[in-house]
Amino acid sequence: MVDLSIDFCGIKSPNPFWLASAPPANSAYQVQKAFEQGWGGAVWKTIGAPVLNVSNRYGTIDYKGAKIIGLNNVELISDRPINTNLKEISEVKRNFPNHAVIVSVMVESKKEAWQEIIKRTEETNCDGFELNFGCPHGMSERGMGSAMGQDPHYTQMVTQWVMEVATKPVIVKLTPNITDVVVPARAAVAGGTNALSLINTINSIMGVDLNTFELRPNVGGKGGHGGYAGMAVKPIALHMLSSVANDSIIQQAKIPISGIGGIETWQDVAEFMLLGATSVQVCTAVMHWGFRIVEDMIDGLSNWMESKNFNTVYDFIGKSLPRISSFGDFDLGFKSAAKINQDKCIQCNLCFIACNDAAHQCIDLQSMQMDEGFQKMFPVVRENDCVGCALCASVCPVNDCISMVEVESHRPHITWNELIKTKPEVLEWDKMEEYRQKSNIHIH
Amino acid sequence: MVEHVKSNRNKIWELSLEDRFKEVYPPLSDKEAQTEAMRCLYCYDAPCIKACPTDIDIPTFIRKIATANVKGSAKTILQSNLLGGSCARVCPTQELCEGACVMGSEHKPIMIGRLQRYACDYSASHNIQHFKPLPNNGLKVAIVGTGPAGLSCAGELAKLGFNVTCFEKNNLAGGLSTYGIVVFREPVEVSLAEVKQIEALGVKIETNKALGKDFTLNQLIEKYDAVFLGIGLANVPQLNIPNDKVVIDGLEFIAATKIKDLNSLKIGKRICIVGAGNTAIDCATIAKRLGAPRVTILYRRSEAEMPCYYFEYEFALSEGVGFMFLTQPIGINLDNNGHIESINCVRMDLQNESINGRRISKPVPDSEFNLPCDMLITAIGQNKHQDILDNLNQIGIDIESGYIMVDKHTNQTKHPKIYAGGDCIRIKGEASTVAAVQDGKIAAQAIYENLVSAKVKKVEVKK
Repeated sequence: MVDLSIDFCGIKSPNPFWLASAPPANSAYQVQKAFEQGWGGAVWKTIGAPVLNVSNRYGTIDYKGAKIIGLNNVELISDRPINTNLKEISEVKRNFPNHAVIVSVMVESKKEAWQEIIKRTEETNCDGFELNFGCPHGMSERGMGSAMGQDPHYTQMVTQWVMEVATKPVIVKLTPNITDVVVPARAAVAGGTNALSLINTINSIMGVDLNTFELRPNVGGKGGHGGYAGMAVKPIALHMLSSVANDSIIQQAKIPISGIGGIETWQDVAEFMLLGATSVQVCTAVMHWGFRIVEDMIDGLSNWMESKNFNTVYDFIGKSLPRISSFGDFDLGFKSAAKINQDKCIQCNLCFIACNDAAHQCIDLQSMQMDEGFQKMFPVVRENDCVGCALCASVCPVNDCISMVEVESHRPHITWNELIKTKPEVLEWDKMEEYRQKSNIHIH
Repeated sequence: MVEHVKSNRNKIWELSLEDRFKEVYPPLSDKEAQTEAMRCLYCYDAPCIKACPTDIDIPTFIRKIATANVKGSAKTILQSNLLGGSCARVCPTQELCEGACVMGSEHKPIMIGRLQRYACDYSASHNIQHFKPLPNNGLKVAIVGTGPAGLSCAGELAKLGFNVTCFEKNNLAGGLSTYGIVVFREPVEVSLAEVKQIEALGVKIETNKALGKDFTLNQLIEKYDAVFLGIGLANVPQLNIPNDKVVIDGLEFIAATKIKDLNSLKIGKRICIVGAGNTAIDCATIAKRLGAPRVTILYRRSEAEMPCYYFEYEFALSEGVGFMFLTQPIGINLDNNGHIESINCVRMDLQNESINGRRISKPVPDSEFNLPCDMLITAIGQNKHQDILDNLNQIGIDIESGYIMVDKHTNQTKHPKIYAGGDCIRIKGEASTVAAVQDGKIAAQAIYENLVSAKVKKVEVKK
């Protein structure tokens, strides 16, 4: 049996699966039900300033029969009385002493307000705090949420206020609605945070009704930006997670990161952890299917770990981070080319039209006489002309039909950074042409 | 280049004998399985689970296929049904899980049976051991018969720490799954692989050991803490018409195609099968696939009264089997060598009265006719193991219409040590593999509860 337990800056959790601070973690009833079904921890829906909610609150995007590949919301932080929340948090912690109960907090930008809520919340015996510097709607207009996360000075200052009084671990939750997420991450570290979590939701408008011209979600004929989440945001989250996890200043701080954004399956979890997350937080998938999805997350991750001979999650957390590089350090001599397995090809010829119209015109259609007396067109790659863009493999609907195979390029294995250091003259077009000729690089 | 699939169902003569006896449905490819699994809504409180006699958590095992956790998927299935691989093939899914699928009214039901087969086959081909038995509790249980009921009971008890010994009268274990399900529905290897999995849990299986011949019930009662009887039913009854000694028992006919070399089997050119249950359909479709040019099912009632599943009827029609309804054989004519030459039949008429919801039929006066036939197979139900039943009756166990009477919540007989399940208790309802598996589970849990304190975790069982 593999060991899924984690120690997240002192917060112990039987597994890395936490409910994100969101509607599924709104009450003791929900959080306890989630723990019973296998969730290792929960970040309580943000408590803090008094709010009033609206309806409708959610808008979703479906794609070709799949429901909710993305969901946005204009719901605010917890609208339940703060005393009710605090009472229930201590009740949950009493009933589940070995699970992680973390409380998300957000108040206006005043030192006394932050320090007071931290002190009050500590009395619940919760395991730690998450500072909500990410909520992009409703709260941000009042100077909270992403308004704090988008300004590194605020991020650092408020983190410092909290660290002055907190006796339990503090996680700063970052907003993705910023050019470079590493900047506020460093600010939170400068403020003394014990951990980071990301990403919060992304500014979005989900769509427009073509009959009524109303927005989705529609609040009495009006709409506005809301926080976008769900599996559609996963690649953005993975990028932001890895850029924070790979940052040298963050690494020096030796703090764990909780990954959030579009996690639905154990495979998603494994990817987040390979890119540096110690715990993961889930909301949208639970909103779609309920807490029960955690069973396959636990089972699937355990089976995968066994198959890879990992005994604990620490055997693979961050394992793929060293592979994160940047364009200037990629090998210009590496070449792959598309190989079509004709035994599997079903002649949809989507690869042909994609290559012909949108890539480099290196797939031809050849005709084949069929026994039945008609002709069929099937795609053939001209390997020498293939630039290895992988568009054809991406559009191919058949598993393992088109594969991108590494081929000998007969080009120098050099990176862009090395090249412009040794041959800065290639920044002129005529010299570049010379270099290409010499290096066996032919552009079609 | 992928050839676009053409149905060859009506051109079986173009296939080799081996190919004709391959499974009718090919295994799902990874792509097919994933695509189909992703179509599943993952309903909460799903009706498919309620429709499964063994309570398999269907939405969960399908979700696990969708997330490529196929090992976990198989475990979810086998947790509720140790013979999930057999059930995936032989269950009347249209009438059970797939019939209940909510997608049926929206679009079309999920292919639950074939997805279950995909996961179970993965597990079997990777020889995955999903369960670690509890520590040995020192108690001994004897299982008589290794059909689905016996194997299921044996496996569940072994998981709970019992010492389990199975006695099987045949050469191979597996009961009807090994001997009675047509090869192109369930190859014999699938059944034998399940037997191996049960053995891997620590169950001992002694083959060629028949109750009443090699050992007695009293010996079992003395030596074991509990006994489970999964003895099934016996051979097909005689037709009781002149010359019926030449008639072939349908179950033996099927068994031969499962365990013998197909090329060694001799068949006729004009084959008649008496009966219209699922076994009759199996005999008819086997006969067709063995190469018989003319195969006819004779049934004394009409299409509406046939006991077989409707999809089996459709399958037989698509295989080219002929049906003569309202027809009853009354005599067999032999040639000089004693071989069957033709049968005498009589036309029947349906009456208004019915038995068990099926109208009865009566011969039409002066309607006899002769039907050329060189091989006559019967599949008109099964006899009971009368000697065993008499023996049970003597020690106080109730027998009704040839079936062993048990408490439906525990499958315990009036004798406190003896439990029973499978076809031998199925006085009501349809005899099926999946129901037998559940019987075994229920008995295993009852044995556990009666013999061991109820402290340890229970086997999940539908009450």
